[in-house]
Amino acid sequence: MKFAIFLGCNIPIRLKQYETASRAVLEALGVRLVDIREFNCCGYPLRNIDLKAFVLSSARNLALAEKENLNMLVLCKCGYGAFRMAEHLMKENAKLREEVNAILGKEGLRYEGDTQIKHLLSVLFNDVGTKTIRERIARPYENLRIATHYGCHALRPSGVVGFDDPVAPTIFDQLVEATGAESSEWSMKLECCGAPLLGTNDELSRKFTEKKLADAKRAGANYLATGCPFCQIQFDTMQQAIESEGGTNHHVPAILYPQLLGLCMDIDKAILGLHNTQIDIAGVENFLAREPGRKST
Amino acid sequence: MFYTVAWHTSLGIFVVGLLYKTTNWFRHKVGPDADGISTSRRISAAARGIVATVFSAKIGTLLKIFLMDVLLQRWLMKKDVLRWLAHICIYGGFMLLLLMHGLDKLVTAALFDNYYSTLNPFMFLRDLFGLVVIVGIGISLYRRLMSKAPRPKSTGVDYYAIIILAVIMISGVLLEGTKIVSHSRYQEMVDEYAGLDDPEELGALEAYWVDKFGVVSPNVKKPFDNQTLKEGKLLHEMSCADCHSRPQWGFIGYGAATVIRPVALSLDRADVQNLLWYLHFLACFLGLAYLPFSKFFHIFSTPAFLLVNAVVKEGESDPANVATRDAMQLDACTHCGDCTIRCSVAVAFNEIPNPNILPSEKLAAFKAFLGGKKPSAKRLTKIQEGSHICTDCHRCTDVCPIGINLEFLWSNLNRKLAQLGYPKPEAWAREAMGGDFNLTNFKEEPLSLTPVDKEFAGELTGSAQASTFSVCFGCQTCTNVCPVVESYENPKEVLGLLPHEIMHCLALKQKELAIGSNMLWDCVTCYMCQERCPQGVRVTDVLYELKNLALKHLKKKAA
Repeated sequence: MKFAIFLGCNIPIRLKQYETASRAVLEALGVRLVDIREFNCCGYPLRNIDLKAFVLSSARNLALAEKENLNMLVLCKCGYGAFRMAEHLMKENAKLREEVNAILGKEGLRYEGDTQIKHLLSVLFNDVGTKTIRERIARPYENLRIATHYGCHALRPSGVVGFDDPVAPTIFDQLVEATGAESSEWSMKLECCGAPLLGTNDELSRKFTEKKLADAKRAGANYLATGCPFCQIQFDTMQQAIESEGGTNHHVPAILYPQLLGLCMDIDKAILGLHNTQIDIAGVENFLAREPGRKST
Repeated sequence: MFYTVAWHTSLGIFVVGLLYKTTNWFRHKVGPDADGISTSRRISAAARGIVATVFSAKIGTLLKIFLMDVLLQRWLMKKDVLRWLAHICIYGGFMLLLLMHGLDKLVTAALFDNYYSTLNPFMFLRDLFGLVVIVGIGISLYRRLMSKAPRPKSTGVDYYAIIILAVIMISGVLLEGTKIVSHSRYQEMVDEYAGLDDPEELGALEAYWVDKFGVVSPNVKKPFDNQTLKEGKLLHEMSCADCHSRPQWGFIGYGAATVIRPVALSLDRADVQNLLWYLHFLACFLGLAYLPFSKFFHIFSTPAFLLVNAVVKEGESDPANVATRDAMQLDACTHCGDCTIRCSVAVAFNEIPNPNILPSEKLAAFKAFLGGKKPSAKRLTKIQEGSHICTDCHRCTDVCPIGINLEFLWSNLNRKLAQLGYPKPEAWAREAMGGDFNLTNFKEEPLSLTPVDKEFAGELTGSAQASTFSVCFGCQTCTNVCPVVESYENPKEVLGLLPHEIMHCLALKQKELAIGSNMLWDCVTCYMCQERCPQGVRVTDVLYELKNLALKHLKKKAA
């Protein structure tokens, strides 16, 4: 298993731990990663501004991976959604694809559509498999309740992104349960985190986050698991802001899935970056089983 | 006379320009912390800082930076050896030419008693230094032409600098070449220094110079007999040899002389060498006067920034000095383009041809905010668009070879834009579109069913999906599942039109209504509506395209 890892703009500078934790977990699970330095913006932030600029930006990355004959592993849900959408648009509209290829051709690139686009969670679920993951767990979690946050752009529009069942998805829950933790049932699981509105309508953005936090709390979750830098930063910094401004303390810190998984695989905590968040998540360690080697089935 | 006036004028402009540009470092305010610090306070803090640094252990750091980064340019060598070679050749060769040749009366003549520009080693060295510069220019041209990586377009600033440099170099070589072959120049020198009357002796000396020194004479022609040459050599050694080495040592000029030999007499008659002399000196003076305002100002600003940046640290140093260091960053840029090559969104420039997307060009845009005058609305819209396409990925800052904190500049650029009423385009459009198409105005009058804008539906051409609105049968599922609509007690008041109403507008070709709705800017793009639509209308994707149209409308209006 070999993939071109796509980090995007946010992770290397604002969420380094997502990168280091993912690399460590994937390496331990036998997934090889290749870095392509020339990768650029996935195009997602350009969608509001100019559709063609978005597709072009996306396509350049896909063409770069294609040149190396590699499939893409994307850490970000919005990036994943953007790539799948660009792929879809270029398949549906041959004229658009040719226009994009004419521009890419100037630097000797071409997009043919041969590269498969996968999100970290789909690689872990479909390519690695929960069985392998379970075998690698050193100390499973006990009595830990996790609320999984799927992220809009991985789930919808389902016909384009094809991540999981859009109405009743289970991939993330199964991955969480592989660690020994329990995946909480909560009604707002599939709703938006509020991040896309940050900077345009902060008040509404905050409202979205608060609603989700309150619902996760109601469902009895100890942590909220994410697989996207936008969602993770939103839940972490917005929750911190709400608390520090005297709002409700929801006590549902957000944790990235590879951090959650890495810890029970006995990966170095420094690599997992548990302390790099606004709200400390190091307490998740207390949920690890005392007896090492217990394997859940 | 011409020479003296031109020299003093250009020197004057150079000095005043240099002072003016330097004072900018103390006047310009980049970061928010700079706002409360006056220019005089910054100048006195800088003076104190310099004295304190020079008499402290930090002087070692400064000397090291000066040697390794300013003189030897280690930072460039680490990046790319060929590029370093090109730069060191151009800058090193030109500096040596300037000191030994350009300022010979002030420098070389003062150091060496026997200095004559036509005598070795000076004659040879001048051409050698010239060759070094030419090699440097050759390497950079090669790199530019061979490089496949997309790179920023060279701008006017780059071209003026290159043109002046090229004129100085080419006119210098040609001047040397025409002087070598010039008979009139030879005649002037003989009249002044040889003191010969005898026509036979004059003929012998001329024959010797035609034979050995490349002078093209209208009087005598090769071949010469040995006796004449021998006599000529004697006369040459008596009168000329003290100041003249063989012109072959000035190998570039001599090469030029060889090329122009067939037309040497006509050139001499037309006094072309005099013309070249004017050209050469004018180009030098122009270059000198223009230097502080050109790309070449980096000869001063970049080293100054490297030194200051090595000792001024946030939190440790006087905030006044931090403010000065921040302002220096804007002048320290050499427009090398590394940031733009690494830029994550530079690819968008192919589709949105706004140079302010590219960091190397956006830096120049920052200067528009430093004067007292507010930039025009058109300019501001342009900068706003470019600046907000940036994803803050920090890659430009990481690759800047001299360590300019570009990320810091961009966040302050956005701050300054917002202060002038130009925030993030999405937030801005929300306000601006509301003003343009106030929905309350529409309430009072019945909508015309004759399409307001017949072309409108045709504008949603970005993808086939945008035309899916036509199968909407008005069930309102999109609106019912929308979490934004759900967030408001009275959503119509805030959002203007609800998702299903926007779809209606499209069917009725009511462009103004559709792109004027606040719903567009409050859409979280969660795709709930699109996922649930029983008719397969791609509601969210249509909203995306309407946002594109709204921004295009505003852009057009600003232009």
